Amino acid sequence: MPPFSQRKHDRVLLALTLLMLASLYAWPLLTWAPNRLLTGHALPWSRLANGWHPLLWLPGMLLLPAWALRPRRLVWLATALAAAALLAGLCGLAGAVAAEEAARTPFGRTSFGAAFWSMALLCWLTAAHCLTRLFPRHSSRSIAHLLLWAPLGLLLASGRMDELSVLKEYANRQDVFDDALWRHVQILLATLLPAIATGWPLGLLAFRRPALRQALFAVLNIIQTIPSIALFGLLIAPLAWLAQTSPWLARAGVGGIGMAPAVIALALYALLPIVRSMVAGLEQVPAAVVEAAAGMGLSQRQILLRVELPLALPVVLAGIRITAVQTVGMASVAALIGAGGFGAIMFQGLAGSALDLVLLGVIPVVALAVVLDALFSFFESLLEIRP
Amino acid sequence: MIEFSRVSKRYHGSLAVDALDLVVGEGQFTVLLGTSGSGKSTTLKMINRLVERDEGEIRFAGRDVRHFEPQDLRRRMGYAIQSVGLFPHWTVEKNIATVPQLLGWSYARTAARVHELMTMLQLDPGRFARRYPHQLSGGQQQRVGVARALAADPEILLMDEPFGALDPVTRAALQTEIGRIHRQTGRTVVMVTHDLDEALGLATHIVLMNQGRIEQQGTPLEILSGPASDFVRDFVGRSDIGIRLLALERVAQHTRTGEILPGEPLLSHNTLREALSAFVARRVDRLPVVDEQGCPAGTLHFSDLIDARHDAR
Ligand SMILES: Nc1ncnc2c1ncn2[C@@H]1O[C@H](COP(=O)(O)OP(=O)(O)O)[C@@H](O)[C@H]1O
Ligand SMILES: [Mg+2]
Repeated sequence: MPPFSQRKHDRVLLALTLLMLASLYAWPLLTWAPNRLLTGHALPWSRLANGWHPLLWLPGMLLLPAWALRPRRLVWLATALAAAALLAGLCGLAGAVAAEEAARTPFGRTSFGAAFWSMALLCWLTAAHCLTRLFPRHSSRSIAHLLLWAPLGLLLASGRMDELSVLKEYANRQDVFDDALWRHVQILLATLLPAIATGWPLGLLAFRRPALRQALFAVLNIIQTIPSIALFGLLIAPLAWLAQTSPWLARAGVGGIGMAPAVIALALYALLPIVRSMVAGLEQVPAAVVEAAAGMGLSQRQILLRVELPLALPVVLAGIRITAVQTVGMASVAALIGAGGFGAIMFQGLAGSALDLVLLGVIPVVALAVVLDALFSFFESLLEIRP
Repeated sequence: MIEFSRVSKRYHGSLAVDALDLVVGEGQFTVLLGTSGSGKSTTLKMINRLVERDEGEIRFAGRDVRHFEPQDLRRRMGYAIQSVGLFPHWTVEKNIATVPQLLGWSYARTAARVHELMTMLQLDPGRFARRYPHQLSGGQQQRVGVARALAADPEILLMDEPFGALDPVTRAALQTEIGRIHRQTGRTVVMVTHDLDEALGLATHIVLMNQGRIEQQGTPLEILSGPASDFVRDFVGRSDIGIRLLALERVAQHTRTGEILPGEPLLSHNTLREALSAFVARRVDRLPVVDEQGCPAGTLHFSDLIDARHDAR
């Protein structure tokens, strides 16, 4: 099979384009409901094609033939731009349609339909596919992604999408949302910092002592298999007892419910990937390099600080990235024991069957995870580049 | 310079090195030779205490190596290994500067030394100083490895199969290089190899090891012309002994001056082995010889090859 770049057609692009058409055919792009608690029904295509709206579909037209063109830089660049423009256009369209509907019926709610989410994902995949070929280096690719998706942020900030149901939920609960964001970040930091502070030394120790390594990984693996809800539950009783017996702990905010059990449980989960990445990072340092270092008279400490840790760093950073993403997600569940965060908004929405309120909790969690992942990937890629 | 007396080392109860007695003379190029697993690396590593001996005594500069701090000891000995072990995250110059930095040399002195060593090992400093190890060929990496081992002017250079992973051409080039460095600097070298021809070409003193013990030691000529046991005779290759002996001597020593012949000449620094090859290939019994400048130096007769063997005894 000829290498990818020499093939005539880009089959990945073809598949993505076909999936876009299929999802637009099968699912509604936008839905409308008379009020926030009712289930919406699809808005007819006639509503989506008012006045100047069809113009917003133009980038999509550009995307259609892209797969058939001979793959080269210009095509990739144009395709990535078209995909980003298509998604921005769809957001703009949704905002404009929502505003029109709102003018007609004030309590009606316009929401994103299944096709919108699927289009968002497919646009992102299309752009990512092209950027990967355009920028082999991870760091420049991260910057390209940032530039590509910046218009979406501007659109959101401009208020053009404010009449969409999710953003109405946001407007109604701005304080709650901001608190949740702050709390979510708090949980993340309070989990990661202690987990790193104990995980790295434990990893180092486990690397030096194989006997300890087995026992440690056995324990950490068992912790990892406990469902998070069960672990939160298990911590309630002992922490409540602790708070009762030592009032100063209670005054410091420790109790059976709230931040304390959440952070303890999440830190326990975080320990396995952190310890494992430290051990894996140190293990992949070539034995010959360490032998040469010792043979030239570096002390154990110098070997660790100048050779082993710097060479382990990319793997260690990848471990932190995975842990951070995992913690952001799991922190949502911690809302069940009163830790707050975006999980609280999700569960509130679930309880009231207000789908858009659920989304108001889910979207920022996903966004936070994606941003963290990109940020750490960027740092990792900086380490890879050597002139 | 280094003396082993009745040194033993055990791994899981079995002897890797067995009551070894050995003297490494100052300025000598000592080669530890033997098949894989015969205890060469273990012997070498006991010198700089990467491996601690179990019994006996090893003296360096008159003192037991155990009386040195391991780090101090190692900084006085250069160490180069087959897999090179360059630091992948450091540039070539920083790699070479490792030990000078540990010893706290000034920046200017270190930089000058790095430049000098790169030039000596035929690595253009302008091109290679700022490169990372992965941007070098295997041969260039090994040159950096040797430069790094020599950086702080160590009293002794320890090398464990330094050229084992290189292709024959690159290996020959580096062997020539290390031989030249040894002759120029008079530094004491201990090298491990399993390659007989490498040992014969470089060593002033060969230590042939077998199962943790010394089977025979002596100059290359002594080993070839007087194998002490069947093991040695097999190791040096019964049928090839003559050829290998010829490889020990140069054309220059046996050239008949005054006679001038036409034709493709031998070079005076060719070995007699190369001369033999030329005689047989060209089906002649005398060949002209030119010196390193290309001026006629005389002739070599086929019969001189046998005389050479005779003289050497
Ligand atoms: N770290 C070690 N642990 C266990 N056995 C070892 C170790 N190093 C070497 N040995 C054993 O000691 C013997 C000599 O090894 P070595 O000195 O490396 O041989 P050589 O360098 O001549 O190939 C071999 O049988 C080898 O298996
Ligand atoms: Mg060895």
